[in-house]
Amino acid sequence: MIEGALWRRWILNYLPLILFVIVLLFPFYWMIITTFRPDGELYRPWNAANNMPFWTNKPTLEHIIYLFEETNFARWMFNTMFIAGVSTLISLFCGVLAGYALARLNFPWAGSLGTLIFITYLVPQTLLFIPLAEIIRDFRLGDTPWSLILTYPTFLIPFCTWLMMGYFKAIPKELEECARIDGASRWKAMLYIIIPVAVPGILSSGIIAFTLSWNEFIYALVFLSSPDQKTVAVGVTSELIRGDVFFWGALMAGALLGSIPVAIVYSFFVEHYVSGLTGSVKG
Amino acid sequence: MAEVSLHKLNKKFDTTHVVKDVDLQIRDKEFMVFVGPSGCGKTTTLRMIAGLEAITTGEIRIGNTVVNEVPPMDRDIAMVFQNYALYPHMSVASNMAFGLKMRKFEKSEIEKRIKNAASILGIEELLHRKPRQLSGGQRQRVALGRAIVRDPAVFLFDEPLSNLDAKLRVQMRVELKKLHERLAVTSVYVTHDQVEAMTLGDRVVVMKDGVVQQVGEPLELYNTPANRFVAGFIGSPAMNFADVTLAENGGRPVAEAPGLRIVLPDALAARARAKVGRKATLGIRPEDIHLAGAADSVDHCFEANVEVVEQLGSEILLDTRVGAATVVASVDPMVKVRSHDKLKLALNPARLHLFDAESEAAI
Repeated sequence: MIEGALWRRWILNYLPLILFVIVLLFPFYWMIITTFRPDGELYRPWNAANNMPFWTNKPTLEHIIYLFEETNFARWMFNTMFIAGVSTLISLFCGVLAGYALARLNFPWAGSLGTLIFITYLVPQTLLFIPLAEIIRDFRLGDTPWSLILTYPTFLIPFCTWLMMGYFKAIPKELEECARIDGASRWKAMLYIIIPVAVPGILSSGIIAFTLSWNEFIYALVFLSSPDQKTVAVGVTSELIRGDVFFWGALMAGALLGSIPVAIVYSFFVEHYVSGLTGSVKG
Repeated sequence: MAEVSLHKLNKKFDTTHVVKDVDLQIRDKEFMVFVGPSGCGKTTTLRMIAGLEAITTGEIRIGNTVVNEVPPMDRDIAMVFQNYALYPHMSVASNMAFGLKMRKFEKSEIEKRIKNAASILGIEELLHRKPRQLSGGQRQRVALGRAIVRDPAVFLFDEPLSNLDAKLRVQMRVELKKLHERLAVTSVYVTHDQVEAMTLGDRVVVMKDGVVQQVGEPLELYNTPANRFVAGFIGSPAMNFADVTLAENGGRPVAEAPGLRIVLPDALAARARAKVGRKATLGIRPEDIHLAGAADSVDHCFEANVEVVEQLGSEILLDTRVGAATVVASVDPMVKVRSHDKLKLALNPARLHLFDAESEAAI
């Protein structure tokens, strides 16, 4: 907190904050306003006398209706939700177990193994999709949700493992030792004590994993081809940009509706999410 | 109810040898305190008894069973940790019930035991709270309660009071003592605080660098420390030490240092005679020094320059300089002394300690 005269607080505190908020929120505002703007206004020249870029007096639902009637948007939403949900669950399951093992079981090379797992996360997807495409083809998974459900964990598991490892390390060892003296086996101590305590950490890695899969583009673009298999990110861009014609209204409507589930997930868990990332475990 | 015995116990972490050949018999129902500076191996020893740390070599028995390979859950012990280690997501009652649930006790029995422990500790009102809603002292009680409900053969305490503020620590110390009298369970208690060790322990183990220095009842450690380390560690304020040379004067051994010349009392003289001409360390506790009066023989008096006067109310601590040595004396609170005064102090010859300069063992 910056103290001192009012002008100081304004210059150093509020003004930068306001600028920052505007920069961050403007794209969303643009997305919303474009969604509800009729085509006539959208394609009006910028120097037209009645041009109003930041507001509309004739809001319309035509783009949203178009989205649901003329495209497979509902289907894409379902696909995305299914793929993101299942791959998040798989990654969380593996990540929690692996993170626990790396943080708590003192086996040789635990440290270097943790680093190695993290390095795999750093391999860019834009390179990885080439060999993965080969694998997907060999297993005949192309154009099915499973092509993504099984490939997303390649970057989600390292990520979850790394995050959970850090979180487990922050939980006092004594909790587990006490449970083991109390009569719990290692497995039960993990199940009844460590995992419940780690719920904020599990939730935050789950949220991030879900968002990452929800927004994923390149694998979805490469591995899925038929319109009714696509995810929102790929469906909207491939079906609503035809050649060099951009269906701006429908595109923005798709983007807006597509970001709502993620926003809901975030707002729902925001408290857990923050405490998960700051790693505070109160005894 | 069980004895605990440690036999030639050793622990090595990679190359560091933290516990060295510890031999110890802890009797049934005894309250045994491990005390020593940090890093002396006392906590590691406790953790080996708990089964949380593997034993490098040696043997631990609880009752008649060798427990070296027995997992913690099967050792019939309960442990109280320094940071309490309460399960943060469970209520106080569930915290206490956890160990019993894991052991498949019946629900009615669990409830009975929790109620009983809660009334012993005065935490009946807290049973439905979560640990984060409790103060430090309350958390400590819950941690104790969790150990009590188990009704184990041995209690292990790992510095349980060191996270509490000074006032609460004294209060909990008394309660722990009462609790032990009431429950009469073999207890092993680790602390770095010698006051806790003296007040709580039936017997005390003083450790340093992984080696047991002395085992004995509190007053035994205080009155007849086995070596210089124990002498300096037990007692507050700490014992005064002066480097002296042993000489003989008129057939009687004396300890000499610049500004100091003390004729040794008979008991000590007999043992010191063989070491005449050698260097030694003379030890005397502050409470065994007083202002010299007419009754004090000149053989046991010395001149001191007062440097600092510490008024404690019940006593006055004088930080004085005697030759090259610093000597702290605890004198009557009615005495009028100011810093830079020159005083004649006398010591109680029966309370003198003498240590070998090299081995540091008591002479």
